[in-house]
Amino acid sequence: MLTESTYEPAQAVYRHTILAGDRWMHVVRQGQIFRIHDLEGNQAADTLIYDAHHPDDRYSASDTIQRQGKLYLTTGSVLYSNLGHALMTIVADTCGRHDTLGGACSRESNTMRYALDKEHMHACRDSFIRGVQECCEHHLDKRDITCNINFFMNVPVTPDGRLTFADGISAPGRYVELRAERDVYVLISNCPQLNNPCNAYNPTPVEVLIWDGDR
Amino acid sequence: MTQLPPIPEGDLLHRETIRGGGMWSKVIGRGKTLRLTDLEGGANVGLLLYNALERHERYNMPDTLKGQHIFYLTAPYCLHSDMGRLLCSITGDSSGWHDTVCGCSDAKLVRQKYGEKTYEEARNDFHRNGRECFLIELAKWGLSEKDLVPNLNLFSKVISDEEGALSFDPTHAKAGAAIDLRCELDVLVVFNTCQHPLDPNPQYAPKPVQLEVFRNAPVVEDDPCRLSRPENGRAFQNTEVYNRLRF
Ligand SMILES: [Zn+2]
Repeated sequence: MLTESTYEPAQAVYRHTILAGDRWMHVVRQGQIFRIHDLEGNQAADTLIYDAHHPDDRYSASDTIQRQGKLYLTTGSVLYSNLGHALMTIVADTCGRHDTLGGACSRESNTMRYALDKEHMHACRDSFIRGVQECCEHHLDKRDITCNINFFMNVPVTPDGRLTFADGISAPGRYVELRAERDVYVLISNCPQLNNPCNAYNPTPVEVLIWDGDR
Repeated sequence: MTQLPPIPEGDLLHRETIRGGGMWSKVIGRGKTLRLTDLEGGANVGLLLYNALERHERYNMPDTLKGQHIFYLTAPYCLHSDMGRLLCSITGDSSGWHDTVCGCSDAKLVRQKYGEKTYEEARNDFHRNGRECFLIELAKWGLSEKDLVPNLNLFSKVISDEEGALSFDPTHAKAGAAIDLRCELDVLVVFNTCQHPLDPNPQYAPKPVQLEVFRNAPVVEDDPCRLSRPENGRAFQNTEVYNRLRF
């Protein structure tokens, strides 16, 4: 469902551009509003979310899918943790559909999906691993990297059970905005994938913004 | 429904029945196949898989789906790990559809759907839930909440419409349906027989499954699982390199 935000970038308390292929991890406090802005269009923002105080409790694709009875995310979708807690709620969305199934690329899965000699290519899972090792006092590791959200990606499932990788439905300037339901860490790998036509083989930057949400 | 071929008695290593609302975990070595059979119809097996020796390598839902351009499992597809390798391949399946995305039930869901039934009241017929069963069995292998990832739901069919809305097919799970999971690594198998979280049956009525393990023939070059997708062929190569170097 397409919904515009009333928050103005000039009023944001935090603003940062994540370059193509880079990682970013930051706390978003309960009640704050968090926006991911697809600057140039169809760029996958691979996103993991952890309870900032108990990071074993983190975004769970299957809990989110099961509890809303739906595969895709848009305005009104609640992102649930593996222990059944609401972490964030999507409150505005100018893209309309975000993927819960596609997960993140990794150097290992690139060998499986594309060719054995793609192993050297930079991939989201390596960004996630460095993200949790470097940017969090809880000493997280590979076991903490579970199935992520792919904001701005379109991976439709057909009623006969096929998975298709459709052309993106995002465009330059589209955004998704979430309200934190508790204090959370948000970890983004701005995907460096060069083998998949969904981003026209050209990873681009995304911008993140945070507002204090009392209005 | 075409029945799976009978297991030659000389290859059978183990057979037991797991009651409804039960749980099980063991390591099954590469070269062996696990057959699960829905004895009465309506069974659900919530299944998680790990590399038995490197337990931070585990079943990965997105790589399994992306690698095969599918949303459900059946033969001759494969169960991918997060490391570009295969944990199991599905060498036989008379069910036709196994859910990959809906996860498991928890205590709150079971209480809301079926009401409270304690051990004191019902002894071993008390109400169990999928997540608690997983956490109990995982702990026995040194694993915990961190290792709870999207699980498979064998024998359960959930379809998606064009908008992504899910529906559970209550007529799908037939008595006698069986699936063969051939282990391609030494695999820690963890499962419970709690009801599917979207099962519309208002009764708490988890169903039993039969479990058999048998020696399988070596994997050959023209194995149907290996040939089912080029991605699976490459994942078999990665798995063979791992096993060749390690053993
Ligand atoms: Zn990626």
